[in-house]
Amino acid sequence: MTDLPGFGRMNPKDRGGPHDYLYPDAGSGPVSAGPTPSQTLGPFFAYGLTPGAYGYPLPEIHSNDLAGPAVAGSRITVEGQVFDAAGVPVHDAMVEILQADGQGAYAERPRNDGFTGYGRFGTGSEGPGGDKRFLFRTIKPGATEPGAAPFIAAILTMRGLLNHCITRIYFPEDALAQDPVLAAVPEERRRTLIAEAIGPGHYRFDIRMRGERETVFFDV
Amino acid sequence: MAESRSGRRWSDSPSTIFPDYKSSIQRGPGKAPISVPGWDRSLSLRPVWPQLPEGDADLTANGRVNGDPIGERILLEGGLTDEAGRPVPGALVEIWQANAAGRYIHREERHPAPLDPNFLGAGRAVSDAGGSYRFVTVKPGSYPWNNHRNAWRPAHIHFSIFGAGIAQRLITQMYFPGDPTLPYDPIFNATADAAVRNRLIARFSMEESVPNWAHCYRFDIVLSGSAATPFEEEQDHD
Ligand SMILES: [Fe+2]
Repeated sequence: MTDLPGFGRMNPKDRGGPHDYLYPDAGSGPVSAGPTPSQTLGPFFAYGLTPGAYGYPLPEIHSNDLAGPAVAGSRITVEGQVFDAAGVPVHDAMVEILQADGQGAYAERPRNDGFTGYGRFGTGSEGPGGDKRFLFRTIKPGATEPGAAPFIAAILTMRGLLNHCITRIYFPEDALAQDPVLAAVPEERRRTLIAEAIGPGHYRFDIRMRGERETVFFDV
Repeated sequence: MAESRSGRRWSDSPSTIFPDYKSSIQRGPGKAPISVPGWDRSLSLRPVWPQLPEGDADLTANGRVNGDPIGERILLEGGLTDEAGRPVPGALVEIWQANAAGRYIHREERHPAPLDPNFLGAGRAVSDAGGSYRFVTVKPGSYPWNNHRNAWRPAHIHFSIFGAGIAQRLITQMYFPGDPTLPYDPIFNATADAAVRNRLIARFSMEESVPNWAHCYRFDIVLSGSAATPFEEEQDHD
């Protein structure tokens, strides 16, 4: 699979029995210095992190609408589904997006137009076909660097995912050939990073955790 | 300018697919993440947070209806630093947890333990200029799950942290020292190196416990990367 330490590693201990969950050294012994390890966000994040997406009447500080009325730019909608290894849509994933404004500038401090470039949504919402999906209303970002293509960064977390995944959403109408990050991706996998235009200003971006069209995630 | 970093510290991370944790089998990506020559400024640029609701770091108050939540009140404090040991100010720290009986208010929660009418179990804080955060809450109970026969999650508090940029995103769980169920928990144990996963266990602090009021647990968090960004103490929302 891979030789990256810590990634995709199977059982670190060679255990056999079906209920052999005994790890006698856990929780005791030394603590080393270094980054705090990641853990899954579990099944119960909705009321805390994305109450709006799941219909909880609780205060929400981030939503899926990044383009308030004062924000300049071309309005777009980006929606999609997250599929597990069996192709089943995931209803309890959280997708966060981070993007620049239409001029390629990130919000570095609170702005008069209210643009933060950061949004969050859970995949529990019903799409037109009753399927579970995420959806963002935002503006088309501008390129943040000369020669690079515009993109929206997406951070994916869910129950079952012990490390969050980071990907990029590119747009099919843009000049993608010179983009340095896309160029680092094997050619046959690049299409997993390019949204599909399904209507005027309307894009679909599905995320697949496994299989032929497994979405490219980046090591950042 | 494109900013580059060497990638995440996989040796300090859980396995992405850890078969003892059943749902990781279907949901963990199969392929290794791709290293990139650079990202862009958002790698180390702290996003803008909206003003937090008043008092949102006090979970014993933000869900109050007609009294205090039941349970052992605790102070939960810690410092955020980067890998170079520098404080990370202005980070968004969000927590969510079960109540003292081990029950979440989440609709899909089926554990037959009582809800607490005075406890939501979610709160938010922004780290101060010195990188510190502070919550008041109650100690969560352990709860069962379906991963395997007689499976219990150790008492834990979920953390979502967004520091200076995408490189400092962290979603994790904090555990309590001496919890007898830790040795049996596949999520905690998905990080192979015991000395690394033990970083997830808070430390009881007698010095910071408050007489006649609450125990204090300290959970210091080290975010990956070492990007230093300027921080303005007071954001004005004009
Ligand atoms: Fe939990």
